[in-house]
Amino acid sequence: MKVPFNWLLEYVDLDKDINEVAEKLTLTGSKVEEVIENGKEIDKVVTGKIIKTEKHPNADKLTVCQVDVKDEVIQIVTGADNIKEGDIIPVALHGSSLPGGVKIKKGKLRGVESNGMLCSEAELGLVDEDSVHGIMILDENTPIGVDIKEILGLNGGVIDFEITSNRADCFSVYGIARETAASFGCELKKVDVSFNENGENINDYLKVEVKTPLCRRYMAKMIKNIKVGPSPEWMQAKLQEAGVRPINNVVDITNYVMLELGQPMHAFDYENIEGKKIVVKMAGDEKFTTLDGIERQLDSSMITINDAQKTVAIAGVMGGQNSEVTEDTKTIVLECANFDGVTTRLTSKKLGLRTEASSRFEKDLDPNLVETALKRACHLFETLKVGEVVGGVIDCYEQKLEPHYVNVSPKWINNFLGTDIDTNDMVNMLQRLEMEVEAQDELIIKVPTFRQDVKIKEDVAEEIARLYGYDIIPTQKIVGEAVEAEITKEQKLIETVKRTMVSSGLYETLTYSFFSPKVFDKINLPSDDELRKVVTISNPLGEDFSVMRTTLIPSMLEVMQRNILRDNKEVGLFDIGKVYLNVGKELPDERYKLCIAIAGDVDFFNLKGIVENLVNVLSVDKAEFERESQNTIFHPGRCAKLLVRKRYAGVLGEVHPDVLENYDLETRVYIAEIDLATLFEASKTEKKYKLLPKYPAVLRDIALLVKDEVEVKKIEDIMLKQGKGIIEEIKLFDVYKGKQIPEGFKSVAYSIVYRVEDRTLTDEEINKVHNAIVKELEEKLEAKLR
Amino acid sequence: MREKLQQIKEEALLKLKECQNSQMLDELRVKYLGKKGELTTILRGMGQLSPEERPIVGKIANEVREEIEAAIEETLKGIKQREKNLRLSMETIDVTMPGRANKIGGLHPLTKALDEIKEIFIGMGFSIAEGPEVELDYYNFEALNIPKNHPARDEQDTFYINQNVVLRTQTSPVQIRVMENKKPPIRIIAPGRVYRSDTADATHSPIFHQVEGLVVDKGITMASLKGTLDAFAKRMFGEKTRTKFRPHHFPFTEPSAEVDVSCFVCGGTGCRVCKGSGWIEILGCGMVHPDVLRAGGIDPEVYSGFAFGLGLERIVMIKYGIDDIRLFYENDVRFLKQF
Ligand SMILES: [Zn+2]
Repeated sequence: MKVPFNWLLEYVDLDKDINEVAEKLTLTGSKVEEVIENGKEIDKVVTGKIIKTEKHPNADKLTVCQVDVKDEVIQIVTGADNIKEGDIIPVALHGSSLPGGVKIKKGKLRGVESNGMLCSEAELGLVDEDSVHGIMILDENTPIGVDIKEILGLNGGVIDFEITSNRADCFSVYGIARETAASFGCELKKVDVSFNENGENINDYLKVEVKTPLCRRYMAKMIKNIKVGPSPEWMQAKLQEAGVRPINNVVDITNYVMLELGQPMHAFDYENIEGKKIVVKMAGDEKFTTLDGIERQLDSSMITINDAQKTVAIAGVMGGQNSEVTEDTKTIVLECANFDGVTTRLTSKKLGLRTEASSRFEKDLDPNLVETALKRACHLFETLKVGEVVGGVIDCYEQKLEPHYVNVSPKWINNFLGTDIDTNDMVNMLQRLEMEVEAQDELIIKVPTFRQDVKIKEDVAEEIARLYGYDIIPTQKIVGEAVEAEITKEQKLIETVKRTMVSSGLYETLTYSFFSPKVFDKINLPSDDELRKVVTISNPLGEDFSVMRTTLIPSMLEVMQRNILRDNKEVGLFDIGKVYLNVGKELPDERYKLCIAIAGDVDFFNLKGIVENLVNVLSVDKAEFERESQNTIFHPGRCAKLLVRKRYAGVLGEVHPDVLENYDLETRVYIAEIDLATLFEASKTEKKYKLLPKYPAVLRDIALLVKDEVEVKKIEDIMLKQGKGIIEEIKLFDVYKGKQIPEGFKSVAYSIVYRVEDRTLTDEEINKVHNAIVKELEEKLEAKLR
Repeated sequence: MREKLQQIKEEALLKLKECQNSQMLDELRVKYLGKKGELTTILRGMGQLSPEERPIVGKIANEVREEIEAAIEETLKGIKQREKNLRLSMETIDVTMPGRANKIGGLHPLTKALDEIKEIFIGMGFSIAEGPEVELDYYNFEALNIPKNHPARDEQDTFYINQNVVLRTQTSPVQIRVMENKKPPIRIIAPGRVYRSDTADATHSPIFHQVEGLVVDKGITMASLKGTLDAFAKRMFGEKTRTKFRPHHFPFTEPSAEVDVSCFVCGGTGCRVCKGSGWIEILGCGMVHPDVLRAGGIDPEVYSGFAFGLGLERIVMIKYGIDDIRLFYENDVRFLKQF
């Protein structure tokens, strides 16, 4: 919210620079977004009167003006077409400066001397570039030869505040003035709400009926004999500095009061109120055209203002075209009311219409503010001679909001904050916030109705803390018993996985947790696959981000695609992230998966090597790899599953060419996806030392001729089975096809290491086992010794 | 004979001086000292000498032998040294050629920063807690003092699964889950993903990371909140870092604050990163609201606590001067390799 500094100073006597005030208020809780010092850059711009205009002799579109700036008459050439003789305008003299570092110097325009420039509102930095056209025309009574900053009240600058939702009371100049006074400990001046009324009674003109408790208060006054016209310069200037466009004196007064006190108001043209009656009620299913000329669909969740026949306003949001104040308006009804915050917010959200009024009402205003605001408006109508205030007032206020009490002991506050603040100081701070305090053992605090956010003792502690100064509160270590950090087994193991992946040459990636349901087709997943059971977002950012992922593979493929298309050809990546499995409960099963992807000068066994390393580093119990030919994401002949204690723990393989095609990939990509919980369950973190061998090992080599399709794992299983505990290790050292090997066969060569712990093995023992191995290999696998 | 011995000795010493390599040296050894060598041959003729002469000549012959042997040893040493030097010079390599090693990868910059943060808090006795990302509305909002229709719900554009289930918009729901399961003293941080329905652009991402902190115990004060976060800021951004606590409003803490640290780019003098202010906002915090303690099953009359939350991406972006948040999720290896 933009607060013009000079406006603020009308209510506090303060000899401080705008930046000092901004800094202080930030530290006491009114967050400053920006300090705007509009007038700062303006220099040597004065008011002047155009006393003569002539066509430029050499240019159709230029005008030569003689401008009276009091001490002299100067000649200025302008391109503007909205000026005439007698207009009072801002004149930038020779040697003057304008916002944005613009310097004005005398010179010649198409051969005619020009000694300055006539300024538009944009050139003075009052509005954005394109919003207003032409030179700024000032009120005809404006004195000439006066510094424009004085006329427009640009001396002070503007502070833009971020108002948090709990502080509706700060959404106004006066609210900020109250905070300023409390922060600096200076006096807050009263608002002038005095005015005179004529002898008539509003009740002879109007009846108001409130039919919904969501309108907590509805007050009305009437103003007669209105002369609609522009409001005075100073008011327009203040409104503009606060970011509100001046319209006419009637609307400007209501806006002025809203900005000053935070209470929105609305003016209806009395002529258009049928049946001398205003009814506040819930809307029906109806269409209604608002002031901005847009037809809007209303429903029964919204409050409307009606006359005897029709809807005239959407309560708290915007008035209607049908009762708008126009140039011809003579009599107005001034509405000042309080509407429920949530209702206003939902209405404005549904209509897509957030106004200055609705953004205040939605914070739940104080119903007791209504009266002050209405009186202030009457004061302005009278003093600005806009109209005559009709006597009497209408006030529908069923449940009057009274101040409430909060009790808290100063000792508790000091214990809670870790401070040692004197009770008298506390009382003083609270009084500065317009709270009445009775100090006994406890502070008994009467909280004004505009501070509904102060409800409990913690709220009071905050009020005291912020006025005391957060920066003065000491910094301490946490007292109490020492607590030791606990790191869970899973957290430790995840760190180990990350380290292992990094030392395998892989870079970590992070990918979105949601994807498109279309990715399942892209990765060739069967239509009945479990992974297609997703958790769906009901309001996604688009289909591409609409379901929670059940696998990391699609996102990983996308990352691979992005990298490979960008010529990062040798890629090795890993991702540790959650998948969200729809298990039919209210919340999904969130599980950590590890996804690895490699491409470039690598093959399946590079990938398998990484997984094997991981399994070893984690000491996973009973981990084995088995051929997997059913997983449609992968090449049917180049895919394995990882089993841990016979349970499925993951898959690894070369991505199926169809899937690669779907991702526009022309290089082979190898991917693994592993369920970390399954791996971690079988991770034996406790290790035991085993004696180093005392007796010598015996090495026997064996070379076999087997059919191509015989997997080496089958051979090894037989060796271990027949080994009867005397085999220490089996090493595959050669697989050979080609010369001397018949078509369809391969030669595999092993070193078998025989050893037992407690003695030297005899040849006899070894031969027996070795022969049994050979025999079973020959029988079961039709292997031949070479 | 004496003259002959003298002659052999001189000849041998001369030849040894000219000897260049170990092969020649071997030949010389055989020639003078071998079984059929010149010295042996002479000594065989000792029988013809008189008994008086024999010991004298024998002695001389031994001296000659020892002298030749010593000279051979000496020469051998020299040759070996020369041969070693030769080999060393031939083995010279270009040490500026690249080394060979297994490739090492790297962690994501967000993980690295998070690891740093975790380490700091673990050092202060904090444990790491986790909670679900697909979360009940109750934990994400209601229990945190954000009832239905609270304006804070609008400020955080929420992804909904259904009426009761959301993608958590903050890590704060972990606070409630931890309090439900653990009695004080509680000292945890809860890092994780959070979700807001913002379309991705240079400064917005529908997914980002927060680190939540929660401390609950008897006698926890606002001063301990300040002390803890000030210590964190100094360890994270350097010992000279200053902190500034500004009052703010969050529904789940009271009092609440936003915390600025002195700009870790310019040190507080003002630069482009801190927009000239010398300060960078890094986190929100406050004393846990009594309603929130109660929602976690903890009696606010007995215990008090503080909580804080910081955005990870923001800190990493400022620290490394990254100008587009989308880079974190694009995973271009040329980006990942820089950290
Ligand atoms: Zn800086």
